[in-house]
Amino acid sequence: MAMNTPAIEIEGLTKDYAVGFWRKHMRRSLDNLTLQVQEGEAFGFLGPNGAGKTTTLKLLMSLIFPTAGTARVRGRSIDDVRMHREIGYLPEQPYFYDYLTARELLDYYARFFGYPAAERRERVTRFLERVGLGDSGNVQLRKFSKGMLQRVGIAQAIIHDPQVIFLDEPMSGLDPVGRREVREIILDLKRQGRTVFFSTHILSDAEMLCDRVAVLLGGKLQGVGAPGEIVSMEVYGMEIFFEMRDGRLLPSALVGHSTKIGERFRVEVPEAQLYSALEQLRSCEARILSVTALRPTLEDYFLKLVARGKAAEHRAGGDSP
Amino acid sequence: MSTIPGGVAINTFREAVRDRVLYNLIFFALMMIGASILVGEISIGISRLVIINLGLSAISIFGLVMAIFIGVGLVHKEIEKRTLYTLLSKPVKRWEFLVGKFGGLLLTLTVNTALMTVGLGAALYYVSRSFLRTDISILVAVYFILLELGLVTALALFFSCFSSPMLSTLFTLGLYVAGIFSTDIRDIGMLTRNPAMQAAARAIYYVLPNFHNFNAIAAAAHGESIPVSLIWQNTAYAALYVALALVAASAVFSGRNLK
Repeated sequence: MAMNTPAIEIEGLTKDYAVGFWRKHMRRSLDNLTLQVQEGEAFGFLGPNGAGKTTTLKLLMSLIFPTAGTARVRGRSIDDVRMHREIGYLPEQPYFYDYLTARELLDYYARFFGYPAAERRERVTRFLERVGLGDSGNVQLRKFSKGMLQRVGIAQAIIHDPQVIFLDEPMSGLDPVGRREVREIILDLKRQGRTVFFSTHILSDAEMLCDRVAVLLGGKLQGVGAPGEIVSMEVYGMEIFFEMRDGRLLPSALVGHSTKIGERFRVEVPEAQLYSALEQLRSCEARILSVTALRPTLEDYFLKLVARGKAAEHRAGGDSP
Repeated sequence: MSTIPGGVAINTFREAVRDRVLYNLIFFALMMIGASILVGEISIGISRLVIINLGLSAISIFGLVMAIFIGVGLVHKEIEKRTLYTLLSKPVKRWEFLVGKFGGLLLTLTVNTALMTVGLGAALYYVSRSFLRTDISILVAVYFILLELGLVTALALFFSCFSSPMLSTLFTLGLYVAGIFSTDIRDIGMLTRNPAMQAAARAIYYVLPNFHNFNAIAAAAHGESIPVSLIWQNTAYAALYVALALVAASAVFSGRNLK
């Protein structure tokens, strides 16, 4: 691959589906998507359900075919089957042949990369260990929990050491422990210099893992950039957690603004009023537990976009005759 | 068979075995045991005829049921359960997947047919205490059944590339029945004096798979020898038809969006 060739290049990718009984009407699922992902990046592909994330991934995997546009992975067109040697893919809510054991399944997939039997055995053992399933290799997949299946799914995606890994909602439906495990695997891949492209609607995961994110809404790209660039980092308020000593009352200025959580109180004030709020708390001998600057999160940005999209839809609906 | 279709074929065979598809052999065995006991009282000539007829017919019917009902689900099941998504993300071409699925079911049918043939042989030995030289025709009849099953599997696979399992079953079954009577369709067409009808009947005869020629059950039961030329002819015909069906299936499936 030539130096500086992006890991993923998408140009004007568009997908229309024919809908209705006579299939006369077209519904645009993805609209002129153009973006690039660099080698070694962890790239988050964000959007609510129906935004076009899975459509994009299916197009990149040639499971469906574009109405317009092209895409290349490590310089190879997505139509070129050799491209698949360099990528790994975990579909959304993966389902595998449940009559196989995890070991048999990974061996089956490894076969398609032409590894001899001895190497397949070694790889299967290594990757089962890597995703924390070393002890469950001989268990049939029908006995696996959702988290275990997700981990098998990741193992099959990386069994051939691909340079670019596509994960479709890898944390979806997992409990906190499962999510943390998957997060660790993604971080591990990133540390090894792999490019990880994953779609998600869990924004905290994207904030935690991604060098850059793209936000998709209604099939259209809304923005691409580092999580900090996408959302304004300007502080919009201060959050104070405090405790009151026995018998002491809340300062009158904070009554009505404070929320009691267990024994603690939480109050949110504008940045300019921070010192006066702290002075009032000090005067009534409150114990200050923490003071945190509040910045908009990716989630706020995302929700704002969704609200804007809905409003636009509503207006368009209202305008139509 | 290259590594990729071979891998898919082995997995398809493994799925059939683990889904207990070969349990039909128990019914076959029970049927052959029952028939052997029942015809044991009749004269040897007749009981041989009954056992061979019954055994070969059962091998054919059991095989057909498997070829059609598993065949129509080969592609559909992989799409429905989305197991195909992970498979096609590997360096696997769609035609390789189809050839592998076909090969896997054919392997299953071959093993199933081979085991039933052993059962038929055992029942035959039980009623007549010996084998005759002409019994080689039984093996030829079994081979023809296998060719027929290969053809039916290819048709089922072709239909399953673009229609639901229910429709694929109807199409495959319809084509099978029409294929049995393809010679009759041509002959009826020839009886009319209308050249257009005659041409249409001839066209239908050539397009439909000719299953009539694969039926050698009666010949085997009566101990008649089957001409070697027919074996070659049927082999070539089945290979060609299967190849055409698989090429057509690949052409359809290669452009299909997997929603």
